[in-house]
Amino acid sequence: MAGVNWTDSTMEAAGAKLHVSRAGKGRPVLVLHHETGTLDRLPFYDALAAHYDVLVPHHPGYCRSPRPDWMRSVRDIAVVYRGLLSDLNVQKVAMVGLGFGGWIAAEMASMAPGDLSHLVLVGAMGIKPPQGDILDLAITGYMDYARAGFHDQKAFDKVYGAEPPTDQLEMWDICREMSFRIAWKPYMYSQTLPHLLGSVRAKSLVVWGDHDKVVPQSAATVYAKALPNAKTEIVKGCGHCVDMEQPEALAKLVTNFIAQG
Amino acid sequence: MHLMYFTEQPMSAYSEQAGRDFGATALMFPNTEFDPVAGSRLYNNYIEQYMLAEEVGVDGIMLNEHHNAPFCMQAKANIFAAILAGMTKKVKIVMLGNPLPLAENPIRLAEELAMIDMISKGRLVSGFVRGGGQEQLAAGVNPAFNRERFEEAHELVVKAWTQPGPFRFEGTHYQHRVVNPWAVPLQKPYPRVWIPGVISKETIVWAAQQRYPYIALNTSIEQTKKIWELYDQVALQNGYVGGPENRGYLIQVHISDSEEKAIENARQFRWMQGEFTGLAHPVWSTPSGYGSPTARRAFVEFASGRAKNPRGETSFEQQMADLRIIAGTPKTVVAKLKRILEETRPGILALWGNDGRVSQEDSLTCIRLMGQEVFPAIREIAKELDLKSPFESNAPVHLRYSKDLKPVAKAAAE
Repeated sequence: MAGVNWTDSTMEAAGAKLHVSRAGKGRPVLVLHHETGTLDRLPFYDALAAHYDVLVPHHPGYCRSPRPDWMRSVRDIAVVYRGLLSDLNVQKVAMVGLGFGGWIAAEMASMAPGDLSHLVLVGAMGIKPPQGDILDLAITGYMDYARAGFHDQKAFDKVYGAEPPTDQLEMWDICREMSFRIAWKPYMYSQTLPHLLGSVRAKSLVVWGDHDKVVPQSAATVYAKALPNAKTEIVKGCGHCVDMEQPEALAKLVTNFIAQG
Repeated sequence: MHLMYFTEQPMSAYSEQAGRDFGATALMFPNTEFDPVAGSRLYNNYIEQYMLAEEVGVDGIMLNEHHNAPFCMQAKANIFAAILAGMTKKVKIVMLGNPLPLAENPIRLAEELAMIDMISKGRLVSGFVRGGGQEQLAAGVNPAFNRERFEEAHELVVKAWTQPGPFRFEGTHYQHRVVNPWAVPLQKPYPRVWIPGVISKETIVWAAQQRYPYIALNTSIEQTKKIWELYDQVALQNGYVGGPENRGYLIQVHISDSEEKAIENARQFRWMQGEFTGLAHPVWSTPSGYGSPTARRAFVEFASGRAKNPRGETSFEQQMADLRIIAGTPKTVVAKLKRILEETRPGILALWGNDGRVSQEDSLTCIRLMGQEVFPAIREIAKELDLKSPFESNAPVHLRYSKDLKPVAKAAAE
């Protein structure tokens, strides 16, 4: 979407340096990216920035945010982001967590359930799926893993190119290393998170692609049950990375959901 | 000169075709291809080989371990070390080595090694390794903290061996509120530690900083010389002069009564589909965070099929020409090994004698010729070249026990 003016800045929160992209006006929306990192700009981010004040931080240790060597858990990132929002004086944020970012968003929601307007989890990691397992980064090649996030491989080509540049592969490796450092065991979920979500009164939307090969759809039911005020939307013909595969559909789901108050 | 026999303990009974069909013979290659009946026979064959090695006079038996792959049947080197501690009388039991980062409880490892040292009456050489990437995944251990865990576990094991207990250890990866193992090593200050390796500069530097001998695993003569150049440089920075007692070398050598048969059997060194450890996805052998960050870009290019294997892929013939594989009658083998000794000057030499599907009979012949003909000749050459082992030169077990340290400038001048 042309005409969206993004501002990039480096901020510091709770001992971590963060690269933050920000655009748009209105209600604050925090978008949290996947464990594969994020491209600087994506159509989904632009679509949201047409309606809201959108913040897209790069997770510490991912993409343009340097690695804090001390960090040991995904909950550490959640605390850093709580610090970031506090420093920016952003209150009652709406959060959109994409895959791994969904785990961070859920942790943040559990920490300060009163300081949240809406929670959107898209193919979120963070909970042990009752059926199936979360795809293991450690035994899957860079390209195979990134492609597994898409049901339609042409959509992957459109986002990354059919042969992503070596810079991208290197970035995937850096992201992978950070994921190992903070989410190795249990792999990509927390055993306590489902128990801690019970205080989240904000409206929650659990979104899943019906062909998610990264996080089994069975995890959606656990999230929907753990969050007291949740509804579920299944996106048809879509893989794990709904934000990149069907950006307009996801943006519409999010804007409609927030508009319902 | 310290002379050792080594075998990877190949699980040669697996179906090679199944491996090729699956596209991998490591980590994820289904263990339904493992035959415990053959496994039982092979384990006992390897014991027979080790017993013969002692009988024909080798100085040491080198042991190692790997997981989830046919190329090496030893899932726990300490098991075989314990067997050898009880069954043999003279040989050094040289573990190259225990993968420290795989240990969730290094105190237990320290206890096991202390027991082996006492049962063997002080014959343990306790080498340590980081473990390959696949070993981390097979053990569920975080590859991103591999080097940190290696160094911290080493610190803890050595403390458990040398510092009177009880004491407390509060590390980054290991926390033990009570360290007080009753099994402590017989050898004082502690059993010799040798560090094997093949590519990581960081490991060479670390070994030299400790003054631990570094054992180059089947590197080319040129690579080996570069390793010693780096080792010696770090040695000088730490106040000592590196020499043969700091240098070990492992090489694939098959010895037979005839040249033809030796060469035929030596082809089995390439039995794992021509790879060192079998076919594997690069991200299994080098998971993110396991390798050096300086090699990240080259690695991702290789892992995605955009560059050749940085470790190189050389043919059997080329490896023979480069002296990375030596095969022949004792006379041929000694002449070739002499060149390696002259060029790289190690004080520790391990011959990796048999691999793949070499028959037990041929393996035993190889060991017999090794002990009775090759090693006596090598000992004479080592004397001429003044290649002394750490035992012969009474080298300190660790830098901190050195009595000959010099100021850096003086060490450099010598």
